Amino acid sequence: MAVGQNVLRKEGYEKLTGAARYVDDLTLDGMLFGKTIRSTIARGRIKSIEFDSAYDWSRIVVADYRDIPGENYVALIEHDQPLLIESEVRHYDEPILLIAAASKGDLETAARHIHIEYEELPPVLTIEESLAGAVVLYGNDNIFKRFLIGRGDIDEGFGAADLIIEGEYRVPHQEQLYIEPQGMIAIPGAGLMTVMGSMQCPYYIHKALKQLFNLSDEKAVVIQTTTGGGFGGKEEYPSMIAAHAALLALKAQRPVKIIYDRGEDIAATTKRHPGIIRHRTGVARDGRLTASEIDFVLDGGAYVTLTPVVLSRGAIHALGPYRCDNVRIAARAVATNTPPNGAFRGFGAPQVAFAYEMQMEKIAARLGIDPLELRRINMLREGDITATGQRLGVSVGSAEVLNAAVDRSSYFEKRESIEAANAHGSPHDKRRGIGISFFFHGAGFTGSGEARMQAQAGVEITAEGRARVLSGSTEIGQGTRTIFGQIAADELGINFDNVDIEDPDTSRVPDSGPTVASRTTMVVGRVVQLAAREIKDKLITFVAERFGAPEVRLIDGLFVANGEALASFGEIAHEYIAQRGELRAYARYASPPDIEWDDETYSGDAYPCYSWGAEVAEVEVDMDTYEVTCTKITTAQDIGRAIHPLLAAGQIEGGTLQAVGYGLLEELVWDKGRIVNNRLTNYIIPTSLDAPAMETIIVENEYPHGPFGAKGVGELPMDGAAPAIAAAVFNATGAFISEIPITPERLQRTLEPRMNTDGHR
Amino acid sequence: MSFDPTVQSPATLAEAYALLSEPDRALKVIAGGTDLMVLMNAHMLDAAAFLDIWRVDELRGITDEGDALRVGALTTYTHLIGSDLIQRHAPALVAASRTIGAMQIQNRGTIGGNIVNASPAGDSLPVLAAYDAEVEIGSARGTRRVAFNEFYAGYRRTMLQPDELVLAVRIPKLKEGERDFFWKVGTRRAQAISKTVLAAKAAMNGKTIEAINIGVGSVAPTVIRASQTERLLTGARLTPALLEQARQTIGQEITPITDLRSTEHYRRTVTGNVLVKFLRQLAT
Amino acid sequence: MDTDKVFDLCSSVCIRGFFSVFMNVRFEVNGIEKVVEAPPMKRLLDVLREELRLTGTKEGCGEGECGACSVIVDGEVINSCLVPVCQVQGCTVLTVEGLSRDGRLDPLQQAFLECGGAQCGICTPGMLIAARALLDENEQPTRDEIAQAIAGNLCRCTGYVKIIDAIEQAAEIKER
Repeated sequence: MAVGQNVLRKEGYEKLTGAARYVDDLTLDGMLFGKTIRSTIARGRIKSIEFDSAYDWSRIVVADYRDIPGENYVALIEHDQPLLIESEVRHYDEPILLIAAASKGDLETAARHIHIEYEELPPVLTIEESLAGAVVLYGNDNIFKRFLIGRGDIDEGFGAADLIIEGEYRVPHQEQLYIEPQGMIAIPGAGLMTVMGSMQCPYYIHKALKQLFNLSDEKAVVIQTTTGGGFGGKEEYPSMIAAHAALLALKAQRPVKIIYDRGEDIAATTKRHPGIIRHRTGVARDGRLTASEIDFVLDGGAYVTLTPVVLSRGAIHALGPYRCDNVRIAARAVATNTPPNGAFRGFGAPQVAFAYEMQMEKIAARLGIDPLELRRINMLREGDITATGQRLGVSVGSAEVLNAAVDRSSYFEKRESIEAANAHGSPHDKRRGIGISFFFHGAGFTGSGEARMQAQAGVEITAEGRARVLSGSTEIGQGTRTIFGQIAADELGINFDNVDIEDPDTSRVPDSGPTVASRTTMVVGRVVQLAAREIKDKLITFVAERFGAPEVRLIDGLFVANGEALASFGEIAHEYIAQRGELRAYARYASPPDIEWDDETYSGDAYPCYSWGAEVAEVEVDMDTYEVTCTKITTAQDIGRAIHPLLAAGQIEGGTLQAVGYGLLEELVWDKGRIVNNRLTNYIIPTSLDAPAMETIIVENEYPHGPFGAKGVGELPMDGAAPAIAAAVFNATGAFISEIPITPERLQRTLEPRMNTDGHR
Repeated sequence: MSFDPTVQSPATLAEAYALLSEPDRALKVIAGGTDLMVLMNAHMLDAAAFLDIWRVDELRGITDEGDALRVGALTTYTHLIGSDLIQRHAPALVAASRTIGAMQIQNRGTIGGNIVNASPAGDSLPVLAAYDAEVEIGSARGTRRVAFNEFYAGYRRTMLQPDELVLAVRIPKLKEGERDFFWKVGTRRAQAISKTVLAAKAAMNGKTIEAINIGVGSVAPTVIRASQTERLLTGARLTPALLEQARQTIGQEITPITDLRSTEHYRRTVTGNVLVKFLRQLAT
Repeated sequence: MDTDKVFDLCSSVCIRGFFSVFMNVRFEVNGIEKVVEAPPMKRLLDVLREELRLTGTKEGCGEGECGACSVIVDGEVINSCLVPVCQVQGCTVLTVEGLSRDGRLDPLQQAFLECGGAQCGICTPGMLIAARALLDENEQPTRDEIAQAIAGNLCRCTGYVKIIDAIEQAAEIKER
């Protein structure tokens, strides 16, 4: 059995020896380097573009919107985002021109000889400004998308409340900060365009290229190279850089490589949507939630991109993993003149999780109820109904994760000793605190998403008896190839080492959907399992006929009937292919039965299942400098089944530290629509010395429709750390922080009675 | 047209001096490169010719000169951290060196570079200020010394002439009974630029401060000595009221700004709090 | 610029054409002597990746913050994006490609594989180099010392937990 074992990763050796080829490691004959010329205003119009005649332009290839064979938009949900500006500028660093040259030095110099004049207009830069509507950027009210989720009778619910508690929570942009910057190489051919590079979703790029370059399915080829991190930042954005490289390649009729430098990457590409979430909660004195009204607004940036989907997931999760019969969630996403925001691990859930958990902290404090007890009173359990009216039938590890995290962290003992220390006057400059958070994350696409997607994957067997998995899902650090290898190996009953994974190349693998939404193991892994099963069934039938044996089974690489080994997998594969030509099977994802979702009323079974998490964070606060150190995080996460426990723990630990960054360190600083801290010196992510000690408990509440019981794991870890840390800071200092990150400056402002209002945003 | 800069890499001081003395030749001096190469990578350094002094071993070495340590300009932070002499006689400099960047930067960044780069946030500079260090400068015309606390003419401007190099910094040893202190408030626990950074040394007589020097960075256009606060504290007896006064005085004395890393208010108040951390230590 | 020819001269600055300046730099890389002709201020990182085609060392930030470009020069771990190639004249350089021998993973690499120390792998070369530098100097580091040693290597995938596990394991194996 490979599933459940920490088999050595298929992708491991190359990465450890420096042999793995990331896109910037590749050089092709005749290759040019490309660069993007971007706007230097946030809103307005281009008046003129001048190429300095003193510069020798003969060595430079220049492309603009007029060179686009198809229509000038990057295909996603709406067709509003241009590949290159025609005249209207909607955000700072918006792409205007593309230039290519044989040397990078020439590109820098050439760029300095392009002069662009603008007619500047006052930009809309915040959610408040956008909602105020003085300037309309989109539709007639700046609203990209609205959702309304409702259940029960909200007024009755408030009527039944003993106390009504309000809270407003603010969450910032966050940069994905994959250590490998965005990069693509485009190679032109005869009526053909091949693009290779750093990406999560080859088929997104494929779709965008087909439209922009008037190419058929086979004539656009997209190949993923080894990718150094994505986290959602390489979900939809790569279509833009891929098409830029392709446009230059088309014009130059030579391969073109574009690699973003870090400053450009941070400034111009997608970020986590910032938001404002308002809670109004009715509670009974015993702690039960009687009514919950939530207003949730996200800033989508200048174009629609994936905002409606982020909004959707956020809205569905906005109540949190709690029971409440009377719910009203109003969600809106607005347009501003900032670079479009996009996918980042969690995709709307971390934003609302900070809000719903801090709201629970507030409620606990107001009611004088233990925060843990408040969670226990209200938590969703099997059989309960969610905010969208979904009855939770299966794989609900809510109580289990909460108990596990509390027990393993010695939460009660620690809290007591902290309270004692604080009461007896801790040293002048340090206070300790402990806090919890409780969260959930729907696995797979929302509602009818997977049913519409019908993700496809295949398995084929070679004449040597090796299996090959065919899927458009990508390995971006989470170990996709290994997971698929384990699933296929166990389904086929062969050795993990005999399974290969085809490279994500759109000319060779089917569209399994994007590598996002915590769906790769649960959904695509399931499809891989089904395809492997079909292969197995074909072979079993073949063997049964061949040997005239009625009940044949495939066990450990051998076909067995009546306790007797008939032949090996390899032998049969060889024979089958010799006779029949090839052995390949494709399968498509079919939603589990009894999943009903209504897109009109936005109600029903939002996700086939949820993963569950609980986190205990311990902090130390230096009361002289207001610096918060998260010293330890204990987390329990129910992911159904850990196909590879080490990789699963790695996902949890990595996601948790990203969430620590979200809660404590990471903040974008803006100046009139331009990001000022777009370098690693000033956009602060955690180093090893900023990382808490972590204890991870994997809880396995098997989900029957996932492969071997697996649910989603990728995003859940992003949801818990920020509120757990904020709760711990509240415990340590009495400062209730409703806006993250909890920088020392923000903590100081909250703690000091007389506040100086010269914030730096 | 892309120019690649020329580089001269002398092996001796004499060669370096000769190159620097050539008229009409603007040479950018590069040592460990941890500041200059960042600028070059960002296309923000417009130098056509470099003088690479990395090979000039005469600029290396830490020597005990009796009442002071002479630290060669090319001494890296790793060398400072590992030096018995520095650990014993100027421990705050070890503390400061440990907070600079991380291993990779510490192995290559030099104290001379920190001094000449003249950033108001240079982390070794408050120690040199508090220790009343002396900068030894050399050129073809000879050597001279300038008090470290007189070495800066303004924001990122030193007293160096175009043909001069910083050869070494002389740091008076911590005296018997003196205590020193270093505290950096950065944006995170490694690879961080300071929001405020303070070094101090003091001589006590019981609960009375006989003498105290306080160097502070990131709160003014250059590293400074908090001389007003020093005057308040010199000869004063450590009481809770004095600590409060000191906190207020230094907060008012410094001139921090609000920038992309922090706010004026934070820097004023936290600098005061950090000073009080030291004063509390002195009281025990 | 992609030449690998051996020159008799130790190092010389030659003006080639009107606009480019080149120098011969002789240094040892992964145990093999190399002579490279490159502009003297060209970053060591670029010389390794371009002239020497050793693409294992990565660029993540160009400003000495992320450590993905870490290599060991004369026994010290440094950011190769901050070192001009003229400064490695006569030096010994170790890159990630020099860790394994005869295609077999060295104990550090093996430990990373077994402990899950690499996810996307982009920080891994720099991380291995920083770990190598640590273990060469401190055979029995504590977890805190390990965290200190890799504080200049940013990882966004792992949370550092399994990287520290791996280095700890490699140290123990070496002990035995």
